[in-house]
Amino acid sequence: MRRYSMFAVAREALRFHAGWEKAWKSPEPKKRYDVIVVGAGGHGLATAYYLGKVHGITNVAVIEKGWLGGGNTGRNTTIIRSNYLQDPSAAIYEKARALYEDLSQDLNYNVMFSPRGLLMLGQTEHEVRGYKRTVYANNLQGVETRWIGPQEVKDLVPIINIDGPRYPVLGALYQERGGTARHDAVAWGYARACSNMGMDIIQQCEVTGIRTEGGQVVGVDTSKGSIDCGKLAIVVAGHSSVLAEMAGFRLPIESAALQAWVSEPIKPCMDVVVMANTVHGYMSQSDKGEMVIGGGTDGFNNYTQRGSWHHVEETTRALVETFPIISRLKMLRQWGGIVDMTGDRSPILSKTPVGNIFVNCGWGTGGFKSIPGSGFAMAELVAKGEPGPLAAEFGLNRFKEGRFIDESVAAGVAH
Amino acid sequence: MLTLTCPYCGVTAEETELAPGGEAHLKRFGPGSSDEEFESYMFARKNPKGVHFERWRHANGCGKWFLAARCTATLEVFGTYSAQTKEPPADIIAAIKAKRPGWEGYK
Ligand SMILES: Cc1cc2nc3c(=O)[nH]c(=O)nc-3n(C[C@H](O)[C@H](O)[C@H](O)COP(=O)(O)OP(=O)(O)OC[C@H]3O[C@@H](n4cnc5c(N)ncnc54)[C@H](O)[C@@H]3O)c2cc1C
Ligand SMILES: [Zn+2]
Repeated sequence: MRRYSMFAVAREALRFHAGWEKAWKSPEPKKRYDVIVVGAGGHGLATAYYLGKVHGITNVAVIEKGWLGGGNTGRNTTIIRSNYLQDPSAAIYEKARALYEDLSQDLNYNVMFSPRGLLMLGQTEHEVRGYKRTVYANNLQGVETRWIGPQEVKDLVPIINIDGPRYPVLGALYQERGGTARHDAVAWGYARACSNMGMDIIQQCEVTGIRTEGGQVVGVDTSKGSIDCGKLAIVVAGHSSVLAEMAGFRLPIESAALQAWVSEPIKPCMDVVVMANTVHGYMSQSDKGEMVIGGGTDGFNNYTQRGSWHHVEETTRALVETFPIISRLKMLRQWGGIVDMTGDRSPILSKTPVGNIFVNCGWGTGGFKSIPGSGFAMAELVAKGEPGPLAAEFGLNRFKEGRFIDESVAAGVAH
Repeated sequence: MLTLTCPYCGVTAEETELAPGGEAHLKRFGPGSSDEEFESYMFARKNPKGVHFERWRHANGCGKWFLAARCTATLEVFGTYSAQTKEPPADIIAAIKAKRPGWEGYK
């Protein structure tokens, strides 16, 4: 693999860009792999990457039914933060955020990580108290956040209306090193690095069955034939229940649609990410100038990647009250993804009832930010067969033991 | 927008008039049950890509809970029925089988 650099850009500029090579190979599947990862979203690709980089396991295939990054990884609003309430969450999300800081250098691929700062608005007395509590927790966890007052919010976000009649802005939970990254680039960067380590990324290949013998996984059936494996990592977000069913167990997961939409591009007007959880909306401005907007999930089981229209209306209405200048903007595009929701709104990184099958799912509405940390922790789980400290609390056994990692209140809203 | 007909008041209601309530026909386990039974009743869900039986409440209408059979892969509704049933009624099963010949049944 030729490295990307300033010199490469200069060299290619002199020869009509004829020398760029394909970022990853598209091989036919081999008969057997040590590890098969199902799902080439960010989490699956990052799992494969750290399996190779940290654990030296490179006889790995990542199998994807569509195109890599075409699931939620390519559909999210790219918010990155680690200001969670519970200790296990703060640990894994902060690990991820920290890895994002130099991910572009590590992968030799520009993921456009932009730690532009992130505000979670406090708009009711309860929310203010909740976020102050999170700030205290974060300080103990080593996650840098602070509480700021309404005037500082206004200074950071001049377009915001802080004295709205119904939900005035009372302050905000501020994480200065939160922000965004380019979602496609995260998938592409990991894919290129995996391919470079000799791993096979097999697209347009759907896993249709899981073969087991004596309670152990031995391989998968796919639309490109059957492939044997030593270990299997299921990392398919919204389709986790479908894959679990193939392997003969059930998960505490429900799949629902979550939507996002963007406005026509406008001049730079907001250089932080703002989340308004009470009114259920959040917004940032993309590098192209579009206002990127998201809201809440639909409440019912759904696999269609199509959400309900009234959520778009509700969220936009709330944001227009918070940011009056967007009221005349035209919306350009709207889309949906299928998110994998757990009851405590925390992810699952776990062994399963079947030997050598591992699952990584349940990131729901907020797993873009966690891709590097999740891949790191999942690789350790798959390589050693036992979770390391980052994944230990996120096992399936927490449901039986009533040991929830409750982020449903702390995280408040989608993403 | 999803529309369901409330089997009690007969109103064909839009989604904004309804509140979703998750998987229907769960077998309840309480005190005296094993940890496994309680866990699977509380948390494990079929979450199928296809035919799904689910609870809805006509929240901004007559206020009653009812059940619906719906396809999560297409959003097609096969029918709605009273919540006072332990299993999906025969006419609902027939409506599903007519449209999904390969369907393996509700268990
Ligand atoms: C609208 C929206 C906004 C969001 N906003 C944010 C945000 O701002 N910040 C944030 O942190 N998170 C956000 N999220 C959540 C985030 O996108 C996800 O948690 C994350 O991308 C999940 O990554 P993944 O790799 O687990 O899943 P995916 O990217 O969905 O990848 C799973 C892959 O598995 C493949 N697959 C499924 N079944 C099979 C099969 N049988 N065989 C082979 N392959 C299969 C799929 O095709 C898919 O490519 C948002 C999500 C949505 C939908
Ligand atoms: Zn009714």
